[in-house]
Amino acid sequence: MTGLVTASDRRRPRIRLALGSVQAALLLAVVVEGAGPILWMAKGSVTGTQELLHHPLALLPTSPQWSNLAHAWTDLQIGHYLFNTVVLVGGSWLVQLIVATTGGYALSVLRPWFGRYVYGAILATLFIPATVTLIAQYQTILHLPVLGLNLVNTPAAVWLPAGANAFNILLVKRFFDAIPRDLYEAAQVDGAGPFAVFWRIVLPMSTPILAVVSLLTVMGAWKEFLWPMLAISDPAKQPLAVALPRLAQSSDQALLIAGLFIASLPPLIVFLIFQRYIIRGVAFTGVKG
Amino acid sequence: MTTDVRPERVGAPAPAAPRRRFRKVSQRNTVAGLVFLLPTLLIFLYFSWGPIVRSLVMSLQHTNLIGPARWVGLTNFTDLFDDPMLFTAVRNSVWFALLALVIGFPVPLLLAVAMSTLRRLGGLFRVLVYLPVVLPPVVSVLLWKWFYDPDSGLFNQALHVVGLGPYPWLQSGTWAMPSLVLEATWAGAGGTVLIYLAALTSVPAELYEAAELDGASIRRRVWHIALPQLRGIILIMLLLQVIGTLQVFTEPYVMTDGGPNDSTVTVLLLIYRYAFIDGNFGMATALSVLLAVVLAGLSVVYLRATRRWSS
Repeated sequence: MTGLVTASDRRRPRIRLALGSVQAALLLAVVVEGAGPILWMAKGSVTGTQELLHHPLALLPTSPQWSNLAHAWTDLQIGHYLFNTVVLVGGSWLVQLIVATTGGYALSVLRPWFGRYVYGAILATLFIPATVTLIAQYQTILHLPVLGLNLVNTPAAVWLPAGANAFNILLVKRFFDAIPRDLYEAAQVDGAGPFAVFWRIVLPMSTPILAVVSLLTVMGAWKEFLWPMLAISDPAKQPLAVALPRLAQSSDQALLIAGLFIASLPPLIVFLIFQRYIIRGVAFTGVKG
Repeated sequence: MTTDVRPERVGAPAPAAPRRRFRKVSQRNTVAGLVFLLPTLLIFLYFSWGPIVRSLVMSLQHTNLIGPARWVGLTNFTDLFDDPMLFTAVRNSVWFALLALVIGFPVPLLLAVAMSTLRRLGGLFRVLVYLPVVLPPVVSVLLWKWFYDPDSGLFNQALHVVGLGPYPWLQSGTWAMPSLVLEATWAGAGGTVLIYLAALTSVPAELYEAAELDGASIRRRVWHIALPQLRGIILIMLLLQVIGTLQVFTEPYVMTDGGPNDSTVTVLLLIYRYAFIDGNFGMATALSVLLAVVLAGLSVVYLRATRRWSS
């Protein structure tokens, strides 16, 4: 592969030496910067509080306190909060997937006459980040217009607003746009209704885009903090991200680090499994994650 | 307006019988389209379009969200401008955004240029660089709060080894904000690196080869070829970064709670305090509306930039 440094550059000893040292420094920097804090957190999660406070630079604990993880799980109820997170993330994922696929299908394939207006109104919301409508959102979940429901302290207060994601609809619609229309029309001629086309033709073909949207939404939902904090004020129902700052004020520091580590494991594992797709997705969609 | 003219059909000779069938199909598409759009319409009405309109309304009202609201005209806005905290918060947010540009803008670019010269292990480097982005922001912030601890924190202990410090990372009004920016840069740089890297690999190799024949050194090739080729994506990332940093909340809320001496009270933190500490929802939405105007303006510039540079 040629690029910035060309093949003939690489034959010159002086440049090879310089390039080699730059790359070695780069590797060191990236390991320290990228993996370092996470490895420190892993080490800290099995280190005693006194040792953490007095020897934070130690590479390994003198005697690993594996019980930290178990204590954090039970005493700090990390397991309980983790379950709450999973419920919120799972529901948000499902709602986003339903809205993006049905909406994308209607706008791309069915194309009713009012579709272009709806699409325009959806795209317009890209200009207004959800953070600036926070108070009005809160009023909405406090007293759902027409229905009069109060969603505060229910998972739905996090699930439903997550669905109003214009970017998902944009991604899915563009993917559906690229499927040849002959396919739908042939199915229509064969007597397939709109629902059959959606269920039997469009959805089975859209695994790649559904995977991209799923990774984006799951990783994104796992990171949420401000909205879940407002929407779910009952401590027993809060997700881990909201509970951690509260626990940080009162708990044993070693257990807290163990809690932080446990909270990081699920997204880290998902990332390491799907890293190729996620990295390609970041470069491709321009979503920084 | 029920005739559904599809681009492929325009100009194609359409016999009479199929046309009738297509009209039926298009009517059916109107009904089916409405059914399939129902989840989208409901969700966006309740949680996107509705709240946008409601924000505008609420910024002109006094309300406690439960009882009936009272129209007060522009009182919320005048109250806002009478509050010295507004000036502090705006100044802090702009300061955060500026520091984030100074610290967080050159680093990813340099990393991406260096990574683009790798012939092996590129995948490993990408994973390592992106690792911090994967962590939940709250975890990163709490972890760094621990690193910043004046006595037992990792940073002061490490600096102590080489004879520096101790530094009051989060305890001084001067250094608290740069410390927050450092953490935010660490947490967010990985995504930017990957985007720059993708853009760098699409720079045609012939450009570099031609420059080399003309005797341009590697440094000159970075400066005169790679960076100019990247200027579109650089502008886009700059705008995205400013849009993001103007909405910063988790860092100041969890790490410093706005302190010391209000030196890290950002606009979003002030909105949160107006609403959920003071119970002044009118003033909170008034400030949200002002923030929305600024962000929407930046988004329009962003959209123009992406249109121009992606075509």
